[in-house]
Amino acid sequence: MSEELKKTPLNEVHRALGGKMVDFGGWDMPVQYPAGVIEEHMATRTRAGLFDVSHMGEIWVKGPDAIGFVNGLTTNDVTKLVDGQAQYSAFPNEQGGVVDDLLVYRFGPEQLLLVVNAATTDKDWAWITSHKGDEQVTLTNASADYCQIAIQGPKALGILRKLTDTPLEPIKYYHFTTGEVDGVEAIISRTGYTGEDGFEVYAAAENAEQLWNKMLETGKEDGILPCGLAARNTLRLESSMSLYGHELDDDISTLEANLGWITKLDKGDFTGRDAIASLKSSGLKRKLVGFEMREPGIARDGFDVYLDDKKVGIVTSGSPAPFLKKNIGLAFVPTEFANVGQQITIDVRGKKLLAEIVPTPFYKRPK
Amino acid sequence: MSNIPENLRYSKDHEWISADGDVASIGITDYAQTSLGDVVYIDLPRVGDKFSAHEAFGSVESVKAVSEVFTPIAGEIVEVNDGLNDTPEKVNSDPYGAGWFVKVKMDNPNGVDAMLSSVEYEEYLSTIG
Repeated sequence: MSEELKKTPLNEVHRALGGKMVDFGGWDMPVQYPAGVIEEHMATRTRAGLFDVSHMGEIWVKGPDAIGFVNGLTTNDVTKLVDGQAQYSAFPNEQGGVVDDLLVYRFGPEQLLLVVNAATTDKDWAWITSHKGDEQVTLTNASADYCQIAIQGPKALGILRKLTDTPLEPIKYYHFTTGEVDGVEAIISRTGYTGEDGFEVYAAAENAEQLWNKMLETGKEDGILPCGLAARNTLRLESSMSLYGHELDDDISTLEANLGWITKLDKGDFTGRDAIASLKSSGLKRKLVGFEMREPGIARDGFDVYLDDKKVGIVTSGSPAPFLKKNIGLAFVPTEFANVGQQITIDVRGKKLLAEIVPTPFYKRPK
Repeated sequence: MSNIPENLRYSKDHEWISADGDVASIGITDYAQTSLGDVVYIDLPRVGDKFSAHEAFGSVESVKAVSEVFTPIAGEIVEVNDGLNDTPEKVNSDPYGAGWFVKVKMDNPNGVDAMLSSVEYEEYLSTIG
């Protein structure tokens, strides 16, 4: 390995916990801990899971034109946000593809925080800064200043409540507040990437170890487990959430990826708007669907999708689903076949195995 | 530390073999199952299938990855461990016992002696870190 991997402030903690470390987009990250991906996945669905997501990027946009500037770069409508609210969105490129997907946090009318993917942080930063004209905004890439720890699962609220005086129940889904967690100043956001209730806690990088250890210790009696990237992936896939580089990419539009709900074409002009609008008016050629294997076998990312003997699409994410105990996946198929109940076959290392398009999300947590 | 029973023979592909006359049981080692993580699916051959040495006879899939399994020795499949269809996790919990994959009638039973001993396999593991 020629290039040194980047490390989160929790790197040594992961190693001490027996985390199996892998190169994830240039970051040295735990893919799993000794409990294993299935245990970690189940802990998050039934109790609580703790995830180090400090590798994610944080970019501040401040100034009188902050909202207008970000609105011109993203698909969702930033003007609809109120203080203390977060929004899932995407940076489209000029061709209607996606530079990255992100969360936009509104701290105030002149203060937004953009949280972007780890492997694309540099690309996003270059994209955002290159699109700055004479708007009155200050951009700060603060990614290295923050740690981000996600506590997810039905017990997450109860565990975190023991560590803060900030009332957590009133924080609605996709809302956030600032407060102290274990005496440390933090952003407490009711968001996540697992399909469970839970929080993402942002704090100064130097507080990462304290917060992580305290959350693990406090959650012990509730059966919390530290979870690696493998469980993070199976959890998000069961919940049909997109992963950049798989369901979204430079040549995939949000509309194709079933993200029409974050694509507000009538909000006014934004980068890529015309390309997306013309894609919409000419009709989408392909659509993202969820499928379940109907024969023993596991579809993996990049496997070909067939209809009769014709190759028609590609698997973007495929895996066993530990909670559902099924083999599932997401795939792009031609729009005319993108219907629930449609049978397809997937080329699993030379064997064409039967699968069926099913409704998504595969998993929805009980209310 | 990997568990490496002394009475078995090993391949550099991380299979173990246990010979009884001209029939050998084959599975994957403790090191292999640890590297793979939680095993969820095993694709095994059919009884009667014939394989030459070092040929892939099946695959083992964990949540995260798939890995081929190779016959360390040439022969014909005489039994497969169908129980793994319902309990693939046995490969993790008992790789040298209930987690066996297939039994092979060996073309040349003497070939087993050419495989790695437990000591040699342990040395090999130390070289691959």
